[in-house]
Amino acid sequence: MSEQSKEVATTNHSSEAEHVYDGGLNVVHQDAVKDPGIEPHRVRMTDKSPKHEKNAVRQVVALFTLSMLGSAFALYAYFAFPINEDLTTVRNNTLFLGVGITLGLLGIGIGAVHWAKTLMPDNEVAEDRHAIRSPEDKRAAAIEVINLANQESGFSRRKLIRRTLYGALALFPLPGIIIFGDLGPNPGDKLRHTAWKQGTRLARDPYGTPIKASEITEGSVFHVIPEGLNPEQEDYLEQKSKAAVLLVRVDPKNLIESDEKKDWSYQGIVAYSKICTHVGCPVALYEQTTHHLLCPCHQSTFDLVDGCKVIFGPASRPLPQLPIYVDEEGYLRAQSDFHEPVGPSFWDRSAKA
Amino acid sequence: MLKNKLNGLRRSPKGLVVILFAGLLVVGTGYTAVNAAVNTSPQAASHSAAQINYGKKLFLSNCASCHGKNAEGTANGPTLIGVGEASVDFQVSTGRMPGASSGPQMQVKPVQFTNDEIAAMAAFVGSLATGPAIPGAEYTSGNGDIQKGGELFRVNCAMCHNAAGKGGALTEGKYAPELMHSSAKTIAEAMILGPQNMPVFNDANITPQEKNDIITYLQYLQTHSSAGGDELGGLGPVTEGLLAWLGLLGLIIAITIWLGAKSN
Repeated sequence: MSEQSKEVATTNHSSEAEHVYDGGLNVVHQDAVKDPGIEPHRVRMTDKSPKHEKNAVRQVVALFTLSMLGSAFALYAYFAFPINEDLTTVRNNTLFLGVGITLGLLGIGIGAVHWAKTLMPDNEVAEDRHAIRSPEDKRAAAIEVINLANQESGFSRRKLIRRTLYGALALFPLPGIIIFGDLGPNPGDKLRHTAWKQGTRLARDPYGTPIKASEITEGSVFHVIPEGLNPEQEDYLEQKSKAAVLLVRVDPKNLIESDEKKDWSYQGIVAYSKICTHVGCPVALYEQTTHHLLCPCHQSTFDLVDGCKVIFGPASRPLPQLPIYVDEEGYLRAQSDFHEPVGPSFWDRSAKA
Repeated sequence: MLKNKLNGLRRSPKGLVVILFAGLLVVGTGYTAVNAAVNTSPQAASHSAAQINYGKKLFLSNCASCHGKNAEGTANGPTLIGVGEASVDFQVSTGRMPGASSGPQMQVKPVQFTNDEIAAMAAFVGSLATGPAIPGAEYTSGNGDIQKGGELFRVNCAMCHNAAGKGGALTEGKYAPELMHSSAKTIAEAMILGPQNMPVFNDANITPQEKNDIITYLQYLQTHSSAGGDELGGLGPVTEGLLAWLGLLGLIIAITIWLGAKSN
């Protein structure tokens, strides 16, 4: 280390000082911008005036004292603001304990930095990098160590050991790679079907009570799940998130229905999937007079009386309609599952239906 | 159909208001019986003829310019026949009516009438045809199940009114108002009526008891501050993100600059 030039430039290092580059990989620029060197030293107020120095001392002492007070307050707060059943006690406990600990730590930190900046010596110092290439004798010594290790371990001599080690090293990552196979299984047709089946009764979210057509007055909105969806079942939330439906009654005169979907509604009662075809947020902001269904995430707007077609926003397809009918008891039932996958597009969903 | 019938009756001489009222009461009661299971229990309100007359006077001087002299509606305002007392009470007691200007939706303003005047106008409009009555204590007592009310609120109301009841934007300048200052009666009326663009939540969908649960939940939100301290408007990631990115990150940058700066 001794022969490494360690140039230390101290205070008032003049800008025209020549830097000595000592070879190695340093690129010596002949025509580069001239190294301005270290900027001239500026004397601090605390060095010039004893009054300022005294002030700075007081400030540092005050900060450390504040830290002590903060820590003491944190100890006090822990006992003075205990947490009980009232939730607001959590707030007070967290707040005052936090304020105390913050003051305790910030007081030390800010005090130490202020101390260093105002009172400790502020001589500018430059230390040049040493050459990247090691000196020859160090290099020779390193090679000697490696050769000795090779000789003593017999790594070159004992071929069988060496080759089995290579084999072991080649094989050990394979199990780690193969378990990526468990990132599946592929969803299969799960994205194409929901819990709705032919004859499933429409039920109220969240209590699952069936709905009669006569209960739905004009302008009403019902949030619907398929009857029989059991909160105890393992995939309850997955099923619910696919099958959620919005049930609305509008004036049948206003309904615009294609011929093939003519019998999908009942006396102005229509049921649409609540899952946005854009990225799958629940679309449930229904405006009674405009018949607009608004998605709160990206403002896709669907016209409920016109097949829920997109009239604004990034959604690319209408919301899927659930075909419904009324049984002899007056309950609403699904004619079938949705005729297309609900929710956003996915890799092999055809763009049309 | 019923409306046509009522429109016919309405054209009878004005001196027969009381007789008209009696006739409507009969029709209304029949209607009530038919729709009892579905409608929000419209009650045949018992108001004195004097009160109804007073209400009519107020109506003619304050409402008729938009809603028509006989509440039949004009190009500027819908008919009020059959909207019920609850509707008048909701619109006038929140200051939405009389409307000051047309716009995407009627806004909450300082209330223009005394309680007696509102009751009289409600009685007059209620006398025109049966409609939803002002909800009673079974809706508004506020002693329901908070937890159940919260669940129902999140399923039926939170998408527009925000999970914390702070309101939210709708399309084309319309919005769902915040509910932090709404009275129990106003909230119950809104659910029953579906005013402006709000859908109807009738008693078959959300029972009076469940409406009371929702109101109990909202009253809890109205009277209890957030356990987590300042809610920053309760608007979720927008205001919270703004504070974190601009406020806290700014503070960290300021400290970093101070650390690297020379003392003078």
